[in-house]
Amino acid sequence: MRSDVLLTILGMAAVTYLCRAGGYAIMRAKRPPPFLDAMLRNLPGPIFMAYVALALTRTGPAGLLGTVVVVLVQWRTGHLSASILAGIGAVWLLDLLPDLG
Amino acid sequence: MAEVQAAETRAGPVRFTRDGIRRGALRAAPMLLGLLPFGLVVGVVSVGRGLSLAEALAMSALVYAGSAQLLALELWADPAPVLAATLAAAVVNIRMAPMGAALAPWLDRLRGLRLWGTLATLVDHSFAMSMAEIRSGGRDAGFLLGTSLVLYVGWIISVGAGHVLGGAVRLPPGHPLFFGGIAAFAALLVPLWRGARQDLMAWALAAALAVALHWLGLPQPLPLLGAALAGAALAAWQETRAAR
Repeated sequence: MRSDVLLTILGMAAVTYLCRAGGYAIMRAKRPPPFLDAMLRNLPGPIFMAYVALALTRTGPAGLLGTVVVVLVQWRTGHLSASILAGIGAVWLLDLLPDLG
Repeated sequence: MAEVQAAETRAGPVRFTRDGIRRGALRAAPMLLGLLPFGLVVGVVSVGRGLSLAEALAMSALVYAGSAQLLALELWADPAPVLAATLAAAVVNIRMAPMGAALAPWLDRLRGLRLWGTLATLVDHSFAMSMAEIRSGGRDAGFLLGTSLVLYVGWIISVGAGHVLGGAVRLPPGHPLFFGGIAAFAALLVPLWRGARQDLMAWALAAALAVALHWLGLPQPLPLLGAALAGAALAAWQETRAAR
């Protein structure tokens, strides 16, 4: 295993364990102030949103359409597998089509 | 209230038994179906990023956090981005910090390896199932470890399967299968949405700021993390202001 990869994995593993165990160790004794508490609870939405937005700047219109399909299928069915597969399928289909432009 | 107390005295103090672990494991088994596609995606994407099977498995076994792994792979470069991936993992996984505190009714009764080992396996699904178990009067903390362990094993197997699959067909860069990474995050956003009043501004800010910072030429993970923190801060500001 390459040392830079190993180091990255160990760094990620260390902070992840700190989040898992440190949260219990610290917050059990003392709740964070309301603003910080609200920020922690509100992080997942914005972070996934930022990820998807950045990724879509690279994929172009096919990715955008695929994302719409994923959101619609997830919203209607609630199935993660179904929505991921539908999104991949939509992008694949667009890939097979001759250039529309 | 009197009923709850009666139920608690009937059930006795918090335990940690093999039976509890088995019950948690059985309850978590159907969740594997939801985990499988996410693990496959992480496996396939890690092939695309040049990770060996051993590296992908080591990451899954040691980090064991799907969103953080996928995010790290998004930031991947050569040499591996130690600082960027570590920072990203911290920001994504800080959401798990309040989970341990919420599980205190069980965790406070555990010591040593049972406590710190169980915490190492904590994930969103095992947290949700264990909270439901605590609320319905469950007193066996082994339940949490049981649910987490099943998901842990399933995670490693599905990432490994995805890596083998991605390696076998030698996907070219830009192949539609790699869209699975974006698809997974887009799908995860749906159940997180609580309505326009609470989420629209914060989510829109996060998306716009991420793209803007990227266009300004800031290196990763600054666009990603800056945008996420700004979005969370806006949501927190709206929430705390509304509470007043």
